[in-house]
Amino acid sequence: MIAVPFVAAIGLAFRLNSGPIRAPADAANPGFVLHDATKAAGITFVHHRPSFDSKITNVEPHVAALGASVSVTDFDGDGLPDLYFTNSRFGEPNALYRNKGDGTFEDVAASAGVADLNRPGEGVSMGGVWGDFDNDGREDLLVYRYGYLALLKNVDGKRFEDVTQTAGLRRWVNSNGAIWFDYDRDGLLDLYVTAYFRSDIDLWRLTTTRIMHNSFEYADNGGKNLLFHNVGGGKFEDVTDKLGVGSTRWTLAAASADFDEDGWPDLYLANDYGPEELFLNDHGKRFVLVKAGLSSESKSGMSVALGDAFNRGRLDAFVTNISERGYLFQNNNLRLNRLVDAKRFVNVAEGAVADAGWAWGAQFGDLNNDGMNELFVANGFISADSTTSYWYAMSKIAGANGRFFEDAASWPAFGNASLSGYERSRVYLNRGVAGWSDVAERVGATDTYDGRAVAFADLENRGAIDVIVANQNQPATLYRTTPDSANHWVEFHLVGTRSNRSAIGAEVVVESGDLKQRRIVDGGMGFASQNDRRLHFGLGRREWIDRVVIHWPSGTEQVLRHPLIDRLVTVTEPAG
Amino acid sequence: MTELTATPAASLTWKERARRIDPRYLIAFLITLVLVLAQLRYHIVGGYERLAVALLACTATEALLSWFDRGKVVNLQSAYISGLSLTLLEKPQGAALWPIALGGWLAISSKYVLRYRESHLWNPTNFAIVTLLLVAPEHISVLSHQWGNDLATNLVIWVFGLVIASRVRVLHITLTYVAAFFALNTVRSLMLGQPILPEIAPITGPMYQLFVFFMITDPRTVVRGRRPQMIVAVIIALVEAMIRFASDQAWPLPTAFNAAPPLVALWLVGPVAKWIDLYRAGPRKPVPVPFPEAQATPPLPARGSSPVASGAR
Repeated sequence: MIAVPFVAAIGLAFRLNSGPIRAPADAANPGFVLHDATKAAGITFVHHRPSFDSKITNVEPHVAALGASVSVTDFDGDGLPDLYFTNSRFGEPNALYRNKGDGTFEDVAASAGVADLNRPGEGVSMGGVWGDFDNDGREDLLVYRYGYLALLKNVDGKRFEDVTQTAGLRRWVNSNGAIWFDYDRDGLLDLYVTAYFRSDIDLWRLTTTRIMHNSFEYADNGGKNLLFHNVGGGKFEDVTDKLGVGSTRWTLAAASADFDEDGWPDLYLANDYGPEELFLNDHGKRFVLVKAGLSSESKSGMSVALGDAFNRGRLDAFVTNISERGYLFQNNNLRLNRLVDAKRFVNVAEGAVADAGWAWGAQFGDLNNDGMNELFVANGFISADSTTSYWYAMSKIAGANGRFFEDAASWPAFGNASLSGYERSRVYLNRGVAGWSDVAERVGATDTYDGRAVAFADLENRGAIDVIVANQNQPATLYRTTPDSANHWVEFHLVGTRSNRSAIGAEVVVESGDLKQRRIVDGGMGFASQNDRRLHFGLGRREWIDRVVIHWPSGTEQVLRHPLIDRLVTVTEPAG
Repeated sequence: MTELTATPAASLTWKERARRIDPRYLIAFLITLVLVLAQLRYHIVGGYERLAVALLACTATEALLSWFDRGKVVNLQSAYISGLSLTLLEKPQGAALWPIALGGWLAISSKYVLRYRESHLWNPTNFAIVTLLLVAPEHISVLSHQWGNDLATNLVIWVFGLVIASRVRVLHITLTYVAAFFALNTVRSLMLGQPILPEIAPITGPMYQLFVFFMITDPRTVVRGRRPQMIVAVIIALVEAMIRFASDQAWPLPTAFNAAPPLVALWLVGPVAKWIDLYRAGPRKPVPVPFPEAQATPPLPARGSSPVASGAR
C-alpha cells in the first residue's frame, strides 16, 4: 500500500526534473527579437586568453579564463556609441570600434593608441572603463590589467595619450574590474580598482605557486582593492586605507549607486569565493562595511548589475553565481534594495533566474520597451573537450582544507577538460510578480560561447537596446534588438556641470502613470563592462511621461515635466 | 544490559549517567551541533524554510506511516535526524522546496517499503539523496557549501564525532572506512600516475564528515558483528574507489556517480550487505531492547553488536 505513493514520488521527481508540470504562462511573445549582427556590423574581434608561468600550467585554463571585456563610450563625440574590447595575450591588440552610424563599425584602436596594451612587463588587459576624469568633454579610458593600470587621456577624440605615470596610477594590480565614481561629490571622477590575485604576484614570473584562494567560500587572501581620489590637475592619490575600502576578498566586480538614498554613492562588490560586500558612503569621509543581509550566504559573485527589477523606484542588485547540475547550486542573487525601509537587501531569486549555469556578466535593460527590465546573462566558463569535465576533479579539492588548494601546484591538471563549457546565454523576460522566464532561444540568443562581459547600448539611436557580449578566447557577439514597435521609449543623455561631466552616478527616475523606474549612469557595471552612458527607458503603451527626476552626483535634484517621448533627450545639469 | 535499571539514578556518578544516555540522543546532539555550527559560521542551511520543510516532511511521514503500519506513532527522533541530514546534504536548485519535501518522503517511506525480514535495507537519507540525484540531477546537488574549507570546523566535528562514535560503538566502522579510503585512493592515484594529495583531499570535506559519522555507521542498516561491519566498510570504500577510477577515466556515468561517489557506493553496497546479513540470520526473533526509550521503534536483530535500537537516518 505504501509502495504506491513511494514509487509515485520517484516518478514525480523524474517528471519534475524535466521542468515544471504546468509551464509558466509566459511569453509566447516576449515582445522582442535578437539578431546576431556581429558580422554585418563588421565586428571581427576575437579575444585571446593569456599564457602564464609554466609553474601553473596545470591550472592555466582556470587562471587564464578572464579578460574578455566590453565597454561602451562615445569617444569621438559624434553622438553614436562606440565599443572597446580588451584582449589578454601578449601582442594581441585591443579593439576600439568606431560607430559609423550606418550599422557598421571600424576598428581604430591602433591609430587612437589604445590597441597595444598587452606587452611583457606591462601585463595583459582585463577590461576598460570610460570616464571624463579631467572634465574636458572627452571620454578618457582606464585599462585595468593583470599588470600595470593604464590611464589613457582622450586628446582630441581621435588620439589617446598615456598619462598613467603623471596621474600617479602606475600600480601593478591583478585586476578584473574598475569603476569611475565621484565618492566625495567634488565634481571629479574618482577611481575604484578591484584586485583578484594578490598584487605582489607577477603571473609570468612566479616565485611561489601559493597564489590561489584559501577558501571556496570565505577567501580573504586576494589582492587589495584600491580607491584613488582624483585631486584635480590630472592627478590621483591612493586613499584606500583612509576611506576603508581595501577589501582583500577576490573581487570580480564593483558597482556604485546611492543605495540608501542619502545622497552619497555607495559601493557594492561581487566577490569570488566569498560573500558580497556593501560599503556605505559616510559623506565622502569614509566607507562603512555593512551586512545588509549580504553576509548571510557566501557564493561566487561574478558580476553585479544594478537595475530597478520591479519598478519600485530603487536600484536592486543582480549578482551572478555558479550552478552545475549535481555538483553545485549556488544560485544567482536578485537582491531587492530595501535599505531605506529595512536596512537590508532581500534575495528574491527563484526559479529560472536563480540558475543560469556558470554565470558571468549580466545587465538589466528593457529589451522589449514594455516598461519592465529584462535580464541578459552571459555564461559558460571553459569550453574545451566537450566530453571531459573538470567538475569531478574540482569536487575533489573543493572540500579540502584551504591551505591545500591555495597552492596551485596541488590542483589536478586541467588538461583539455571543459568546466561548465558550452553553456548558452540566458535572456530573462520580466513578468513582474509572475517571475522571470528564460526566452533566450525564443528571441534568438543561441550562442554557446564562454560569455564574460555584457554591455547594453542603443547603437543606432533608434530606441532599442542592443546587446554586446565579449566572449573569452572567442569572437565577440553583437545582438541587434528589435523591440515591439508599438511600445514607446525615451532616452536621456546627461551632461554634468557641477557634477562630473560624464554624469556618472546620476540617477534618473521616470514616472508615467503606474510606471516608476530608476536608472543610473554607470561608470562600470556588470562584469568587466560598462553600458552606454545614455539612459534608456521603455514606456510600453504609455504615450506621455508625467515627470522625470534627475538626481545629479553633485546633490542637485532636477525635475522635468512631460518631456517628449520616442526620442533622445539631452539634459544639462543646472548651473546653480 | 539489565543493570541499566538496577541502580538508583541518584547514586550514579556523572560518568555513569553519561554512559546511560541513549546513544540516539548523542547522535541527534551531534548532528544538531553540526548543523548549528555550520549555520552560525557558514550559513549553510540556505534558508530556514528548507530546514522546516525537511523536518516537517520527515517527521510527518514517520508519524503517518508508523501509525498506518503499526497502529501507533513511533519515536520521531530518527526522522528528526533524517531531516537534519537532508538539510545538510541536499541542495536544491534555486529556491525550490520540492526536492526537500520529496526527499523527506522518500527517506522515511523507504524504511517502510524497502524491507526484508522486517528490517529496512537502505540508510534512509542516503537512499533519498542518491535516488534524487539519479532521477532529478537537474535540480539536486550535494552539499554545495564547503563550510569555509576551515580546519578548525573540521576538528570540532571530528572530535565530537569520534567521541560519540566511540560511545555508540561504531568507531571501528568509521576508522575502517577512513583507513580504507586512504589506502585505496593512494593506490588509485599511483595506478593513474596522479598526485596523491588531491585524491585524499575529499576526506576532509563536510560531505565525508556527515558520511562517516551519520550514514555509514547507521546502526539500523549496518550488518551484525564487528568484523562483518569492518569488511562492509572496506567494500564500500572499494566500490567508491572504483567509481572514482571510472570518473578519472571520464567514463560516461550518471552525474550522481561523479558528484557523490561515497554516497553512491553506500547506496549500492549497503542494502546488499544488509540483505545477505538478514538472510543468513534467518527469520527474525524478538529481542530485548537495551534502552527503554527505544521501544517505540523495532528492536535490533538478536546478534547486533550495536546497542542502539534505532538509528535510522
